[in-house]
Amino acid sequence: MIYRITRRAALAGVASIAMIAAGATSALAEGWKPQKPIEMVIMAGQGGGADRLARLFQSIIQKEGLASMPVLPVNKGGGSGAEALRYLKDNEGDAHKIMATLNSYYTTPLRTDIGVDIEEFQPIARMALDTFVLWVNADSDVQTLDDFVAAVKASGGEWKMGGTGTGQEDSLVTAMLEKEFDIKVTYVPFGGGGDVAKNVVGGHIDSSVNNPSEALGFYQAGKMRPIMAMTPNRLDVFPDTPTATELGHDIVYWMQRSFVAPKGMPAEAVAYYTEMFKNLSQTEEWQTYTREKALMADFLSGDELQAYFLEEREKHAAILADMEGDGAS
Amino acid sequence: METLALLADGFATSLSPINLMIVILGVTAGLFIGAMPGLGSVNGVAIVLPLTFIVPPSSAIILLCAIYYGAMYGGAISSILLGIPGASTAVATTFDGRPMAQQGKAGLALIAAAVASFVGGTISVVLFTLFAVPLADLALAFGPAEEFALVLMAFTTFVGLGGDDKLKTIIMICLGLVLSTVGLDLISGQPRLIFGDLPGFYSGVSFLVLAIGVYGIGEILYTIESSRTAPQVTPAKISLRDLGDGIRTMNRMWRTMSLGSFLGFFVGMLPAAGATPAALMAYGIARSTSKDPKSFGKGNIEGVAAPETANNAASTGSLLPMLTLGIPGSPTTALLLGGMVMWGLMPGPMLFIEQPDFVWGLISSLYTANFAAVAINIALIPLFVWALRMPFTVLCAIVMVLCIVGGFAPSQKMHDVWLIAGFGVAGYLLRKADYPLAPLVLALVLGPLMEKSFRQTLISEQGNVLAFIERPLSGTFIAIAALFFVLPLVKYLRKGGRRSVAPAE
Repeated sequence: MIYRITRRAALAGVASIAMIAAGATSALAEGWKPQKPIEMVIMAGQGGGADRLARLFQSIIQKEGLASMPVLPVNKGGGSGAEALRYLKDNEGDAHKIMATLNSYYTTPLRTDIGVDIEEFQPIARMALDTFVLWVNADSDVQTLDDFVAAVKASGGEWKMGGTGTGQEDSLVTAMLEKEFDIKVTYVPFGGGGDVAKNVVGGHIDSSVNNPSEALGFYQAGKMRPIMAMTPNRLDVFPDTPTATELGHDIVYWMQRSFVAPKGMPAEAVAYYTEMFKNLSQTEEWQTYTREKALMADFLSGDELQAYFLEEREKHAAILADMEGDGAS
Repeated sequence: METLALLADGFATSLSPINLMIVILGVTAGLFIGAMPGLGSVNGVAIVLPLTFIVPPSSAIILLCAIYYGAMYGGAISSILLGIPGASTAVATTFDGRPMAQQGKAGLALIAAAVASFVGGTISVVLFTLFAVPLADLALAFGPAEEFALVLMAFTTFVGLGGDDKLKTIIMICLGLVLSTVGLDLISGQPRLIFGDLPGFYSGVSFLVLAIGVYGIGEILYTIESSRTAPQVTPAKISLRDLGDGIRTMNRMWRTMSLGSFLGFFVGMLPAAGATPAALMAYGIARSTSKDPKSFGKGNIEGVAAPETANNAASTGSLLPMLTLGIPGSPTTALLLGGMVMWGLMPGPMLFIEQPDFVWGLISSLYTANFAAVAINIALIPLFVWALRMPFTVLCAIVMVLCIVGGFAPSQKMHDVWLIAGFGVAGYLLRKADYPLAPLVLALVLGPLMEKSFRQTLISEQGNVLAFIERPLSGTFIAIAALFFVLPLVKYLRKGGRRSVAPAE
């Protein structure tokens, strides 16, 4: 009984937030509105986790009518997202371009000299934190983490771990695994997470650290096996997969899924997009998706988001320095 | 048998009056979108995607696929009539399509393109119907080493048995490969060959920009020069008899068309490739296996049929990894994937089991889309040909405008327009010096794919080059590639041998 009341209260709460949000949108609509289709630049190739998510956002925005103009996703995944970062920098002041980010948002400018400082970009909204899972082909003999470590050691450095470009999230997680378990793998970079999963299933590589959404289809078809989740708590979709934490290893890594705008985008436009994503985060489609795909919905915007970005950049600088140190030794 | 029953159910969906109307509408829209340089199926599908939320998912995907198919047919139209590829997938169609139009055979070329598209589309849909699930496993068997070997094979078909000067062909391939390295390194992310720090080069050189430059602008410059004294009027007439002639001619090309269909379907199925490489490979193979390779590039009808069968077959092929593996094989299928996620359909290995109504409705609509596209296309050919009767002085200006718009539209960068102008002049000069242009475009399309797969293989095999020959699939492709490369040498030696023997005795 009590439960039911609380639930009803919660629903009423959500409804009133939605109404306030709707009110806010119409108030804003009188101010600034996009005049042409909004270009949603994606920092990764087609078919990966970032790409699918950006396209999901596009669909929800259009289905729910959250923007007055269509949203066009554009993939600029070249050079670990350097292509997209550079593109955003070269379109200073453009009010019709937003970029879907992932963690290469920090790492790529740190690693390569492309003349981009992310502090110049304007934060719009963080939608979610994505999780990482260690995967092997379902036909593999590896059943547990111990099997994995033993198999990698037995291979004498020829164990093939697939992932996205060197220096991107997958390679950082791989580096963490290497350090924690004192193992050495051969890291093979691919264009996107979908491609990585396909190569695990095809037997061209031995393991991957795909996000759940990228490997879920293959998992359900019985072609990929999750070994360990890099999260503090077990994921609802893989209830039988242990986490690194419970196995006694301090490996937790998140991928942020956010949106940013170029430097100099008018403040009203930034406010418009922030509002748009806020409304999006309250839709039922989004909430169902995050539940099913083991994604943590975690909305953040404005100065708080910028502070988060800068803090994460520091952390990644440290991880990268660590990786390079290891490489040299 | 079970497949047939499911397909019959599918037809019940796709032949309902509303879906039939959607197919016709989508194909017509796609045809025009495809024919317009700068607009391709990606743009068409992106524009229409939001509209699809008002109809049920099965009708929505039928509409999107109809546009996708229509655009694949339409791309050939401007390639043939104006010499500007209407869509990236129709680049190879300009090689012989444009010369045919200049010889007054535009009608025949358009009919060939339509019929070839139909054949390619139909054969590939049949393959899709019968073998979708097992073929997905074949796509999985393709790792980086196999991709590399396949691309290498495509290159050798251009060098090996081509009619052009071999040294010049190799020079052009090298030039194309150099152009393909411009931009950010695929693996490390470092910028390469950006000419100081020109931001436009960060995203590389688009092959569409190169193709529009050398074929569109270069062609106009060449025509202006050659028609300086006597303004050239392209005779363009079309009658019902031409249609009959066209279909009879096509009847003799079953070998080329079936080769193009299988190759196209197969290459389209590989996630990294898509319809453009498929069309170029089919062109290369048609030329190298032809009895008269020298006539290619000068208006050989097989040079139109091969890429057109292949690009339509590839567009069906690229639906396969999208539906069965959840990995899109081309930019357009990536958009379709987004739509499916929104409709609550989860592409991947489970889709065929969980959503048979949707899958078979889609497959059956590919059959209807194909019939609709070929009928509408042929019906409109007289209209297209009529456009060619414009005096050259008028047509020339229109083509120039379309080249610039077509180059600017995809990237919205002036940088690309300047590149088109530069490539136009270069293309004109290269043509005067008798350098073949097709290998240049081929190298730019396949270069990035080749480099990536080569480096991935070397990384995963610890630098062991032999890995390419040791794996059965890639080893086979490499062997075929070597054969293509050596065959002309053998032919040459045999011919040369006979000739040199005669004078000596």
